[in-house]
Parts: sequence; C-alpha cells; structure tokens
Amino acid sequence: MTTTQSSYNGVVPKAREITTQPRFSDKVFRFVVTSGGFTSLIILSLIAVFLLLQGFPVLRDMGFGFITGFEWNPGDVDNGVPVQFGIGAMLIGTLLVSVIGLIIALPIAVGTALFLTYYAPEWIKKPLTITVDLMAAIPSVIYGLWGFFVLMPHAVYWAKLLHNYLGFLPFFKMPADVFERSPFIAGIVVGIMIIPIITAISREVFSQVPLDRIQAAYALGATKWTMIRSVVLPFGSSGVAGGAMLGLGRAMGETIAIYLVLNIYFAPNFQVLFSAGGNVASLIVSKFGEAGDYELRGLMAAGLILFIVTLLVNFLSNAIVKRTSRTGK
Amino acid sequence: MSGSNPVKSLAAVASGARVANKFTPGSGLEANGVHAWFGKHHALADINLEFPANTVTALIGPSGCGKSTFLRTLNRMHEFIPGAAMAGEVLLDGRDIYEPGSDVTKIRLKIGMVFQKPNPFPSMTIGENVLSGLKLAQLKIENKDEILEECLTRAGLWKEVKDRLGAQGGSLSGGQQQRLCIARALAVSPEVLLMDEPCSALDPGSTLRIEETIRELADSIIVVIVTHNMQQAARVSDYTGFFLSDGGPGQLVEVATTNEIFSTPRDKRTEDYVTGRFG
Repeated sequence: MTTTQSSYNGVVPKAREITTQPRFSDKVFRFVVTSGGFTSLIILSLIAVFLLLQGFPVLRDMGFGFITGFEWNPGDVDNGVPVQFGIGAMLIGTLLVSVIGLIIALPIAVGTALFLTYYAPEWIKKPLTITVDLMAAIPSVIYGLWGFFVLMPHAVYWAKLLHNYLGFLPFFKMPADVFERSPFIAGIVVGIMIIPIITAISREVFSQVPLDRIQAAYALGATKWTMIRSVVLPFGSSGVAGGAMLGLGRAMGETIAIYLVLNIYFAPNFQVLFSAGGNVASLIVSKFGEAGDYELRGLMAAGLILFIVTLLVNFLSNAIVKRTSRTGK
Repeated sequence: MSGSNPVKSLAAVASGARVANKFTPGSGLEANGVHAWFGKHHALADINLEFPANTVTALIGPSGCGKSTFLRTLNRMHEFIPGAAMAGEVLLDGRDIYEPGSDVTKIRLKIGMVFQKPNPFPSMTIGENVLSGLKLAQLKIENKDEILEECLTRAGLWKEVKDRLGAQGGSLSGGQQQRLCIARALAVSPEVLLMDEPCSALDPGSTLRIEETIRELADSIIVVIVTHNMQQAARVSDYTGFFLSDGGPGQLVEVATTNEIFSTPRDKRTEDYVTGRFG
C-alpha cells in the first residue's frame, strides 16, 4: 500500500537562499536608473551642505534669533551699530503669500481640471490644455511685471472692498491706508503662477477614475455633479492634495515675481491687505547685490532655512496625503 | 434522462419555472425596432422585445452578438460610449425613454443596472453604498434603517453584513460585493433591473445565492439578465431571447418562454447554440 501521508519528522530545514543571475543588459539598465536616482539626491545634499557651510558662521552668531528675529541690519562698525540678522518677518511673509496663493489657485485649478476632463467639448479640450500648460512656461518676471502694472490697480480696489466689508476679521485690518504691494496682491500673483501645476496633476488623476465606478453612479440615477462629488472627488482627492503641495512648494520658493509686487518690510505683519511683508527668496535677491561678505553668509543661511522649511512642508503634506488617500482608491 | 440529451436536460431545468405573465401593452418594458451603432459599426439591428411585469428575461448568445449593447440601450447607458448611436424606441409603461427632453437620471432611477464586475463605491461604507443611489439622485432619505434592512434582505446579504454596516464596501468578498450592488440598485425602488452577466466573476456558491435573489425579485419587478451561462438562463428566467451575429449586426433570432427555447426551439441556429454545437 502506498501512502500519501507526509513523513515530516519535525526537523525544520534551513530556508534556501534564492538567487538569480541578472542578464548583462539588465545590469546596465539598473546602473543607469540607479545613477539617475542618486544624482538628484547627491545634488540636493551638496546644495544643503554648501548652504550649511556658507551660512554656519551667521547661524552660530545669531543663534535661534536668526529665525525669530525681525531685524536685518548689516551693521556699521564705525558708528557702533551692531550686526543683526533675523528672517522671522520673511518666514511669516513666505507662509502668508503661499497660503493666499494656494487658496486662490486650488478652486480655480480643480474647476479647470474638472471642466477639461468631464465637461469640455472635444474640440476645446486640446487647445485649452495646451494653454493652461503654457501658463507654466511664462517667466516669473513677466508675472511680476504684469502683477505690478496691470493687476495691482484692480487688486487694490478688491483689497479695499475686503477691508470695508470684512474689516472686522483680524487678517483684513489695516494699520495705515496703504494697499499697494501687499501679501494679498503677491498671493494673487503666486496663485496664478501655480494654477497650471495643480491643474495638470488634478486633470491627470481625474482622468484615471475607473469607468465602472462612473457608470455605476450614472446607472443609479446620478447627475453629473453628484457623480463627480461622490466618485471623482473622493478618488482624486489625494492626487489633488499632492498637486496642491507641489504648487505650495513652488509658491514658497517664488522670488522675482514677489520681489516686484511685495513691499519687503522687516516687522511681523499678519495684515494681508497692508503693504508690508516679504519672503525669504525675495529677501535674498533684494540684498544680494550690495551684500558684504558677512551679509552674504547671512543670505546663504536664509536660503538654508527656506530649504529646510520647504522640506518640512513636503514631508507634512506627504503625511496628509497618505492619511487621506486610504479611502477613495 | 439527464446527460444524454443536453436539450432535454436544460429543458428539465427550465420547466421548473412558473407560468409567466403575458405582456400587456402600455405596461412593463418594450423595445421596438432598436438599432445600435458604435461610430460606423452597426452593432445591433431591429430588436423587438417585450418584457412583461414580474418576469425574468434572459438574453443569451455568443460573444459579440450585441446582447450587452442591447441591455445598455434599455436604460440609456449606451450613449456614454463616444460615437454611440441608436434608433427605434424603448417604452417604459408606454412612454419612450428616448423622448426629446426626457430627464435621463429619472429614467435610470426606474431602470436600474447591475454590472458584470462588482463595483461598490470603495470610499463608502456598506450602508452608505446601499443608500448611495438615493444620495446621487438627490432624493430625500427617510427611514434609512428600514431601507437598509429591506434592500439588503432582498439582495440576500442582510444576515452576513447586518453587524458591520459601517465597514468599507471593498472589504466584502466578490459575491457579497455583487449582492451589495444589487441592494444598492434596489434602494431607489426601480421598476426594472438590468443585469449584465452579474455572476461571471463569481464562484458557484455566490452565483446560486444571486440566482435565488433574482427569482425573488421577479415577484415585484422586471429583471433582464444577460448571461453566457445557459444553465443559468434555464434556472432563473421565464423568457429567453437568443441573439446572434452572422458577421453583420447582432439580431434577435428567437424569443420564447425559456422552456420552449431549451426544449423545442423553432430556429435551427437556436437549437445548435443551446445544445452546445457552437458558441
């Protein structure tokens, strides 16, 4: 009689090592992509190291006050004016302008993406997509000039309206009657600049919504709007958030456009309609030309801080995207 | 008697069906001279079919014969495919659903659909999935708990999920997901339920469970089911329509009571198909 019973005697064998010999072409390709991946990492680290080395003396001298201080003064040894570097106001300004930009850009970009994916007639889809993508290719100095000469007169009027009717909100209070070159206006300019980024990514995720879910919604008697609200938006939310964070990163690093439309002012200011603000990148560009050796190191240190803040925002947003994307996929 | 003659064995299954309702004009669902195109491709030609109240009609035929296309013309899902066109009329209770100016969302509320692949909304819980049709159609939801229990019971899922209505719809097995989709379709109280190969992705146990559900549904609504499985057609339907394409557009070769189709088909091609000689 044969037996099919296992003769297992309880001795646990050592797990075998499973290997494979990759083909030569595979090795070459592996090397190419690996070096590509590491190159960006190395460049990023080298920039961080350069900024740290250059900025370290100032960071050491100023200590924590470099981040929390509100004064930027290269000092005057002959007249006994002490050197004082602090970018607190610039950090506040960076966040204010970026957040205003995001608040303005997000609804417009998501609306544009939904229109392009679900509403636009075929003949307009392509030209409109190209136009929106082209917005990203316009140099930021053009946005800055346009913002200064064309947008600002209008934006000042809108700012006055906001102040008149919503002035009881702390953000819309005015310490003095100067509406030009405010964080509000800079935020609008930056918002327009990041619309194409958020639109492109949102459009991509919206077009990947599984067809069977869309059909399921329609077959249940959904209107286009209810279908979008309960199928497309839950599916696309994490992608939209990712696009928004990419836009936020761009907004935080924006330099020339903000330099043109924002009044750099070294005092903490949360009144977004008031002509005082700044951002770290535009601080660097405004001081760079006439900076002495030590001030230059101060600007490098400011760059390092901006670099770190941007990284932190990216990590934070990744965490948020991960938390929100668990459902809907 | 079983085994030797496949026609007879399927007929034996089919003869278990009860005496089906006859069609009364002006009630139920009726397709008159329906044609369908995808761009220039003529997919379906001159389909005339009546679906009497409280009956199950199975549509059978080889792949590519246009039966799914026909099903999708019955609740205007056909028009979602770019380039899709149709001719003829589909009457629900005597009114043409393609009538100019008709509200397509209202039509789809009355004529529900269950798809081949279970497609619950993954961002919603089991309970939310059942009620999603009401929400999507912007209807008021009263006595939510009653709707939940009634629809899930009719779909044969209540006992399995009543303690975890708050779990995600995607956490169910494939067969349960499909029954959830049936419950979801029932929650808007449709008059007609269209099912496009609802069991083709499921195991035999789940298939059996869904077939029981279909039989129970026939007490109150019209069910139209597309299936590749002739055993299934024989088991669940009162009427069977056989579709075939001879290279051109798909056509309805024959429609009769399921019993007749599987025992005494009038057309030679029907007989060849149901006896497994091709297809």
